[in-house]
Amino acid sequence: MFMSEALLPDLAAAAIAFTIILYVILDGTDLGVGILLATRDDPDEKKLMVNSILPIWDGNETWLVLGGGGLLALFPVVYSVLFSALYIPVITMLLALIARAVALEFRADASAQMKRWLDISLVAGSLIATLCQGLIMGCFVQRVEHEEGRFSGHGWEWLGAFPLTCGMVLIIGYALLGSCWLVWRTEGRLQTAAKGQARTLGWLTLLGMTAILLWTSLSNPTYRDHLLGSSLSLPLLVLHGVLVAGFYWAFSSRLEFLPLFAVLGWFGVAFVAAIIALYPLILPPSLTIGQASSPASSQAFMLAGFAVLVPVTLVYNTWGFWVFRGKVTAGK
Amino acid sequence: MEPLDPALMLARYQFAFTISFHIVLAAFSIGLANYLMVLEALWLWRKRQVYRDLYTFWLKIFAWTVAVGTASGLVMEFQFGTNWGALAHRAGAILGPLMFYEVMVAFFLEAGFIGVMLFGMNKVGPRLHFLSTCAVAVGSLFSAFWILSANSWMHTPAGFSMAEDGRFVAQDWLQIIFNPSFPYRMVHMSLAAFLGTAMLVGGAAAWHLVRNSRHASARVMFSMALWMAALVGPLQIVAGDLHGENTRDYQPQKLAAIEGSWQRPEAGKGEPLRLFAIPDQTLRRNDFELAIPHLGSLYLRHDWTGTIQSLDEFAAQDIPPVAVVFYAFRIMVGIGLLIVALGIASLLLRWRGGLFECRWLLRCSVLMAPAGFVAMLCGWIVTEVGRQPFTVYGLMRTVHSHSQQPLSFVAGSTLAIMVMYGLVFGLGLLYLVRAVRQLPAETTDANQ
Repeated sequence: MFMSEALLPDLAAAAIAFTIILYVILDGTDLGVGILLATRDDPDEKKLMVNSILPIWDGNETWLVLGGGGLLALFPVVYSVLFSALYIPVITMLLALIARAVALEFRADASAQMKRWLDISLVAGSLIATLCQGLIMGCFVQRVEHEEGRFSGHGWEWLGAFPLTCGMVLIIGYALLGSCWLVWRTEGRLQTAAKGQARTLGWLTLLGMTAILLWTSLSNPTYRDHLLGSSLSLPLLVLHGVLVAGFYWAFSSRLEFLPLFAVLGWFGVAFVAAIIALYPLILPPSLTIGQASSPASSQAFMLAGFAVLVPVTLVYNTWGFWVFRGKVTAGK
Repeated sequence: MEPLDPALMLARYQFAFTISFHIVLAAFSIGLANYLMVLEALWLWRKRQVYRDLYTFWLKIFAWTVAVGTASGLVMEFQFGTNWGALAHRAGAILGPLMFYEVMVAFFLEAGFIGVMLFGMNKVGPRLHFLSTCAVAVGSLFSAFWILSANSWMHTPAGFSMAEDGRFVAQDWLQIIFNPSFPYRMVHMSLAAFLGTAMLVGGAAAWHLVRNSRHASARVMFSMALWMAALVGPLQIVAGDLHGENTRDYQPQKLAAIEGSWQRPEAGKGEPLRLFAIPDQTLRRNDFELAIPHLGSLYLRHDWTGTIQSLDEFAAQDIPPVAVVFYAFRIMVGIGLLIVALGIASLLLRWRGGLFECRWLLRCSVLMAPAGFVAMLCGWIVTEVGRQPFTVYGLMRTVHSHSQQPLSFVAGSTLAIMVMYGLVFGLGLLYLVRAVRQLPAETTDANQ
């Protein structure tokens, strides 16, 4: 074996974390565009918005599939308990994603009346999927009751104040990503409107992130101790400040890609902070990465594939993005 | 038979429903991806505009199939957690990596290049575009490879050991991936995807040819589809027979249910071919049996008097529901034979001339447009109902595989999934029919 078996569980957890954050920032962006569709009336603008995400949304969603398969393989007990606990939000999220997929794909060939229905489906699908992802996140951070590898709660834990707050903040955050995407990829009136939305959503997102940070720290001593005890916390805070400044400075510069990349940084920082708070827990309140790991034979087999294939995937996916670079136009 | 738990039964129906829906889309996208690859290759090679037109036409339908297929596949991947937590817990360390490799190797290949395939012709040029099409086609087959490997492992588990807590631990990944039933299932299913797609494409073409036998693009479609039926149809029967032998050796209860064989025939009499019967699970016998003697031995053992293990050699709680397996198998084989017959008829007509004018053949093709996929679904019913009452064959029972969910959750999600999938499938069919009606008739073909 080329690596020590003791390292495997942490590497496996890192692979899952990498997949999740990539999913959140990639699909989060096109979910955000879907949410913002509700704020525009002009049919041409709507078409541009949809066209800007049409070639890439499918690939972005694939990271969610990868996360599901990865969790099943690397940490089967977490997969089993977590999705049993989150039965309703998970199924609802998946159905919302289907509604959205259908709307995206059929839109170009639909009649005007049909298009109205499809747009409702697109906006509602994006909103509901995002809300559910926030509920899942909140419920997971909160705690998932389990005994001997089986979920032992009542299945409604996600319907609490904290998960709902996370859901709302995630909607705002994804909308922010979407608006920054539009600032980068569109021009004219649509771009101007997106700039205005991005500035407002930026403050709201910061507010929401702070609220979640305070809430978790105050209500859960373990998380607070992890965060306060980590030598990474201060640098992260500084980095976040720089990214916030960069975001607002970007609007007065000509670097139209910068708001998006700054916000991607915010999400990255928040995600790293969440990992610091949780580690080594993989299923709060008690299950650790080591306890939940699948046998070394499975983790090694998968991580070998992950190490080889993910870079390759990133290369050709980037090429797929690169082909469609530049401003979207009405033609295609 | 175990006592019925309604939440478990509903969870099973939910999975059966979602997977039936998904597998048709998956097979259609495998078939279309490869059809598109052939069309684009022909276009690049022969430079005939009609291939380009057909490519553009089927590409739109392909995009829809993939998008909805991805989304519906996503549901299944999470159902293992929501509804089948116990199975995920015990077998996740084996099934998970196989599903992971499917996503890693196949889904990304498809999703990464489909954007270029759809919108990139003017941006990357024909050569890179063709490579993208090939990547998507190969990706679709990789996808089948990994998911069928996972499925086959549950039928014929190999390469594992069992931990003290009952979890399966991987020992030899090559044995796991290439488990005994996998090669047969892979070949049988890939051919089914090609045939199902060909029947649909051929049926759509025939619908136009009945109205206008000079329809240029429909003629190309029809001809290609019937070559597929004539060449791959017989091949599929051979593949199916080999798959059956594998089932005989590894899942004898399933084969006995397929044959409706409750007792072993007396020595020398051989297995009959039962054309029809009404299997009675409680009395463990058939009513109204119509059978041809000895023929069963011929295809089961390839001799005149050989026998197979019969259902009464197994405990009542270890055999599948016989009637479903028995009937589904007969529908599948019946349709398979019809497809082969259609292929042979097309060969004769090609030789005599008049393939595109033969009205009865065209009408049959229209009627048989969904036949390939119906046969495929029946095949999956045979194999999946036939492996009951186990999820991991012989080792883990279905009754021990599910999450303990309240009935209301399972019922609610089942209802929501049925409504949603019904809408999506309805919309999709409407779209498909409308698109096929508008198939461009005249092509701006310079070389014809």
